[in-house]
Amino acid sequence: MGQASTTYTLVVPSQTRQLAKVRNFVARHARLATVKEEEIGALRQAVDEACANIIEHAYKGNPNHEVNLAMTIDPARVVVRIQDCGLPFDQSAYQRPNILELSRKRKSGGLGVDIIRRLMDQVEYIHDGNINEIRLIKFRQHSL
Amino acid sequence: MSNFSVAFRDAGTAIILVIRGELDAHTATELESAIKKCRDEGKIQIIVSGADLSYISSAGLGVFMAFIDEIRSLGGDIKICSLQPKIFDVFDLLGFSLIYHIVPTEEEAVSLFEQGIQPV
Repeated sequence: MGQASTTYTLVVPSQTRQLAKVRNFVARHARLATVKEEEIGALRQAVDEACANIIEHAYKGNPNHEVNLAMTIDPARVVVRIQDCGLPFDQSAYQRPNILELSRKRKSGGLGVDIIRRLMDQVEYIHDGNINEIRLIKFRQHSL
Repeated sequence: MSNFSVAFRDAGTAIILVIRGELDAHTATELESAIKKCRDEGKIQIIVSGADLSYISSAGLGVFMAFIDEIRSLGGDIKICSLQPKIFDVFDLLGFSLIYHIVPTEEEAVSLFEQGIQPV
């Protein structure tokens, strides 16, 4: 509706040591745009989880790839698009995790996608050629 | 350089792991190593104390999930205490508070061990 939006971008190597930088990138720009702290916390966590999944699953831990982030903030919402060129995430095979069952099986993984879905208002997966994109959307609540 | 640390402190028959900083997919291995060390030394009454834990991702939660069954099968437990509300909320979001003892203070965690109280 003609309202100003600003996009910030970041490219990081596919390494878990970069996750702190990614979280700081999200929090810094969201805070400057006066996004509510609770929403910043949710975005920071969802983006961290998505990037960690890309590093571990899409790139299988290979540290020599790139993860591309673009965060667009407008008065109504924050959209974070994260792209990789690794193995695509198969949504159809996804099942919501059962903590008790995973604990009994002594598993450490399988919680990230659930966290993302619980924290975000919309989550979209786009696969175009060899590029995968996850789009995380959080609508901004404004105080009256 | 890591923005996460684990320190060990004895508390009677229990051992307290004081964790600080940001627990994510990069630093989770440090907590994993710390719990393995406790297990290998036969210290299976483990309290993870997180007053200065400022962030936890699913990788951090996963460490708790990976060890709880083994530690309980050995007769011990992992209890969690002193979390900031925003960190507790992440545990709670996924239902961890139904499976793990998560209490406000180290004293309460120690007391649960002394009384032999296990989560249902």
